[in-house]
Amino acid sequence: MKNSPSNDRRRFLLSIARGIGLSAMGALVWSAYVGEVKAAPLILRPPGALKEDEFIKNCIKCGLCVEACPYDTLKLAKPGDNLPMGTPYFTPRTTPCYMCSDVPCVPVCPSGALNEPSVSSYVKAHAKLDINKARMGLAVIDKESCIATWGIQCDACYRACPLMGQAITIEYSKNERTGKHAFLVPIVHADVCTGCGMCEHACVTQKAAIYVLPRALAMGEAGNHYIKGWDPKDEQRLESVNKEVPHEFTKTKLSEKSALDSLNDESGL
Amino acid sequence: MKHYKYLLMRRFTQIGILLLYIGANAWGWKILRGDLSASLLMGKVPLADPYAVVQIAVTGATLGMDIILGALIVTLFYGVIGGRAFCSWVCPINMITDTAAWLRRKMRLSEIQKRFYISRSLRYWILGLSLILSAVMGVAAFELISPVSMAHRGAVFGMGMGGGALVVIFLFDLLVHENGWCGYICPLGASYALIGKFSFIRVHHDANKCTDCRDCITVCPEKEVLHMINRSSESVLMGECTNCGRCVDVCKEDALGFSIRSQLKQPKDEE
Repeated sequence: MKNSPSNDRRRFLLSIARGIGLSAMGALVWSAYVGEVKAAPLILRPPGALKEDEFIKNCIKCGLCVEACPYDTLKLAKPGDNLPMGTPYFTPRTTPCYMCSDVPCVPVCPSGALNEPSVSSYVKAHAKLDINKARMGLAVIDKESCIATWGIQCDACYRACPLMGQAITIEYSKNERTGKHAFLVPIVHADVCTGCGMCEHACVTQKAAIYVLPRALAMGEAGNHYIKGWDPKDEQRLESVNKEVPHEFTKTKLSEKSALDSLNDESGL
Repeated sequence: MKHYKYLLMRRFTQIGILLLYIGANAWGWKILRGDLSASLLMGKVPLADPYAVVQIAVTGATLGMDIILGALIVTLFYGVIGGRAFCSWVCPINMITDTAAWLRRKMRLSEIQKRFYISRSLRYWILGLSLILSAVMGVAAFELISPVSMAHRGAVFGMGMGGGALVVIFLFDLLVHENGWCGYICPLGASYALIGKFSFIRVHHDANKCTDCRDCITVCPEKEVLHMINRSSESVLMGECTNCGRCVDVCKEDALGFSIRSQLKQPKDEE
């Protein structure tokens, strides 16, 4: 009875079921950990990095970008950093990206997680590395702690910015409190800012009043249905929409008949 | 000294390779840059861990040319020549688990400890599971927890809390299960066992010289692969053999030795 075919079959099925059960238990713990550790929304990536969820898929964690970085800006996340282990990141307050014009960290990437075309500009179809096209993050200013907004003269971030006068400009306004001084307040322009973090590194306040956040976190989105009518370029979007979608009136129960018919309709009374 | 030949050669290779990687980050050496996941040899030849690349591939990511090429080169090398040699000649964890196994033998822990059963195929289940999880979670799942890359990356780029994982593996192998990590759990080793299954370099056993002292089986981290000892003259063909050569070292009768696969199939008939 012990070794009957039916028992063999039962044993075989049991061993498979046990394997699946153990795998499911392992998968539960493992996936919980992986899900937790890959969600690091505040991490800043090297220049040319793909969007975070794509980046984390692609990066093979070899550290070639870290070794290529001449300023030791880039670090690989260590166990215990609570960041996706082994992936490269930088902390601008400690060491910002110094925007090397030859962008040594990007071409060495073997996995495609750092995308060369995204940091290249094209002159007559000839690609040339251009660090100004990097979008590592976006500098954000906390007006409460920025001493320039108090009326104290400080333009440390403006001076530190490698795209001075473009990524950060200074806005003048009258200081009503004293009546005879001016506010010189820094403004960040998102369309130029690369997120290198030299402003954050230079900021004089105890905890930086200007700091780099990942762009996905720092920026809102107005949505496609808002069109700037005063901007000819943006208004072109409207024309293309009309071509794609044939213009049709929406029909509801009320608008089936003409407005007059609908008003004169006595059936509902 | 003869009895430590391959052991010393292995330690030399392991530490040498590790030093080349450390030197690349610390002093800018150009010989071997990167880490065991992906690297650049002499600034030109890309190398990549095939298992890591497969994990990345199943997440649906578009693979970079360099890591595809690198994974092919590594697969070809171990597939044709080295077998599962990565585990015993390159992997830094091997030094930890070898030490644990050696201590275990010295302290005779296996004699007093009741062995609990772990299947040798557990690592293949973990290998499969890691691929499913990679696909579902959208990130190379084993790479996020791998103690192998933790140890190696730690040595090159800074250890962090990674040392804890190494201590855990050491204690697990020493106190819980003989060769527990490398022989039962590690899916990276499992991937190399699959890749190296048909490689040419094999250990060959000559049963005529064997005195059945079983020294080879005592030191072997994958005892199942030596099933032919004192039974028949044949080569060790199971992919799980790491080509560590410890059995060759300890064999006083020269009944074991490295050879090329094709030559080895003939002596079987002479018996």
